[in-house]
Amino acid sequence: MIFKSPKTLHALPLLLAAVLAVPTMAAAPALRDRMKVPNVVPPLDPNEVTVLPVRDNIYMLTTSAGNITVHFGDGGVMIIDSGDGTLTPKVLAAIRALTSRPIAYVVNTSAEAEHIGGNADLARAGSPPGVPDADPQIAHVVAHEAASLRMQKASPDQKAIDSAGWPFVTYFVDTLEMYFSGTPVQLIHVPAARTDGDTLVVFRRPDVVSTGDIFSPDRYPVIRPERGGSLKGTIDALNRLLDITVPEDLQEGGTLVIPGHGRLCDEGEVVEYRDMLTVVRERISDLIRQGKTLEQVLAAKPTLDYDGMYGSTQGPWTTTQFITAAYRELAKK
Amino acid sequence: MRLSRFAATCGLIFMAAASLGGRAFAQEIDFSGEWRPIYHEDGPERIPGPDLGDYAGFPLNDAARLRADSYSPERIIAVTENGCRQHSGDYSMRGLANLRIMREIDPITQQAVAFHTRIGFHTMDRTIYLDGRPHPGHQAPHTWQGFSTAEWKGNQLSITTTHLKENYHRRNGIASGPNRTFTERWVRHGDVLTVVTIVDDPEMLTERLVRSQSWILDPGQHVLGNPCEYGGESTYEPGTVPAYLPGTNPFLTEYADRWGLPRSGVRGGAATMYPEFRLTMEKPATQPEKCTLYCKCMNDGAVCPDGP
Repeated sequence: MIFKSPKTLHALPLLLAAVLAVPTMAAAPALRDRMKVPNVVPPLDPNEVTVLPVRDNIYMLTTSAGNITVHFGDGGVMIIDSGDGTLTPKVLAAIRALTSRPIAYVVNTSAEAEHIGGNADLARAGSPPGVPDADPQIAHVVAHEAASLRMQKASPDQKAIDSAGWPFVTYFVDTLEMYFSGTPVQLIHVPAARTDGDTLVVFRRPDVVSTGDIFSPDRYPVIRPERGGSLKGTIDALNRLLDITVPEDLQEGGTLVIPGHGRLCDEGEVVEYRDMLTVVRERISDLIRQGKTLEQVLAAKPTLDYDGMYGSTQGPWTTTQFITAAYRELAKK
Repeated sequence: MRLSRFAATCGLIFMAAASLGGRAFAQEIDFSGEWRPIYHEDGPERIPGPDLGDYAGFPLNDAARLRADSYSPERIIAVTENGCRQHSGDYSMRGLANLRIMREIDPITQQAVAFHTRIGFHTMDRTIYLDGRPHPGHQAPHTWQGFSTAEWKGNQLSITTTHLKENYHRRNGIASGPNRTFTERWVRHGDVLTVVTIVDDPEMLTERLVRSQSWILDPGQHVLGNPCEYGGESTYEPGTVPAYLPGTNPFLTEYADRWGLPRSGVRGGAATMYPEFRLTMEKPATQPEKCTLYCKCMNDGAVCPDGP
């Protein structure tokens, strides 16, 4: 009955189109949402340890406190950094799921709390390399001498750690060379980098470098001048790292880089990181040459274009702290 | 009576539409073949390359603009590690993109499980998985081409790509961040392939960047490999990273002034992308009397016999 008048009939196609559109519109998301890239990457659980195969018998264990490198073979297990200690039972379980070999070495890339907190418990879970009946049964902790000294002595912002986690093997030369579980391992000291005791660990045969916090693709480096660190030394360390890394093809693959925090990388990310620090250093130096104060430099936002990738406004190391550390160092010149 | 029949027909159509609920039936298309790019869109940007300071049409944020303003092309030479760097997956189809697409068929099920693409420049090889596999976790490495999975939306292939390395949205210094993701729609109309790319870049863009490119099927084309041998030699001091300090790049107005465009318009930003911008934009600083560049032959990849 409603279709009586010719006028209404004339409007029928429009009405029909509108009616047909209703279910389609109701079921389909808005155009804007349909264009949005779905969130397909599984989130990280801060209370869990994630295990990523890297190459050969090298694995990257990711924790909220940083990355741990695990290398194992006939000689046992070598661990690079031990996390902050809060997830040590889970770290140990992850290692045990990979191998039943005893932990022989715990190598530290620095004396930062995030990387040495699990030293004692992981060392106690192991045994000295090549001495299965030794007393005490404890793995060897290895670090640069400067890092070792800082682990043993409390500082205003960090407690000394349990003596079971203190280094048994230290080095004070440029490079300490070891041969462990089928690969040469080089511990390379990068002086006055983030601290005075930073080490790059190079696994030569599988071609993997564990960098500690010299390089993390998701944050500015935590430079600690009170522990002998510097921006200059950090950039020098990155340039040295770039001398070690060799891409396989088209600036990709080849030497793999396990950073202190964040995803597994290769030389490509290290180049971007080195470039970023170099550019920021030049900007801050230029502002200092113009006579700017620290407050004026902070207001100029010399890291603005990198803050989205590396910056933070909260937590233990903010962008302001990073700029301040760089300013104070560069202003001394 | 006629009205009743008409109403019944309408009802059936309505019920059919309601039961579909907005879904479309997948119709798998084979994109395999050799594809020659058509440069009718954005030719100057894609073939000779964009001018410094040309950010027109990009929803840049302030960070991206500073990054681009700081960019010096000298870095290509000085930072030797970048000599063999590929275009990333979201940019690769913008350039000299002679394209080969290969379809991988599961020998048992005879279902398509992946498309493989090769773009000649720097041998940009990419795999797009169709087998429903998940994307890797946050700790997995990023690559130039990223990790791509796809599903059919009707007769379009909808691709989602994550895990990209830091690269560029435009090769004049407009950087793209490592946490960006992008979707693509591949559409084939006979011998014409169109790819629409939609990029989300939380670190560099305030809105999505939408671009499209088209190709023509060219069975006689043969995309070669383009190996790049790394040569780590340059006259720059090791560790040199050429960059303009803020406010010192002298080339930022060249593009606007050559074409007689308002300078603020080519600085990018979402506001400059919409028609309302015309109400507030300033007058161009210059009014060129005649075209001096790319005036006659940027279409269809044609070679300019007497120069552009």
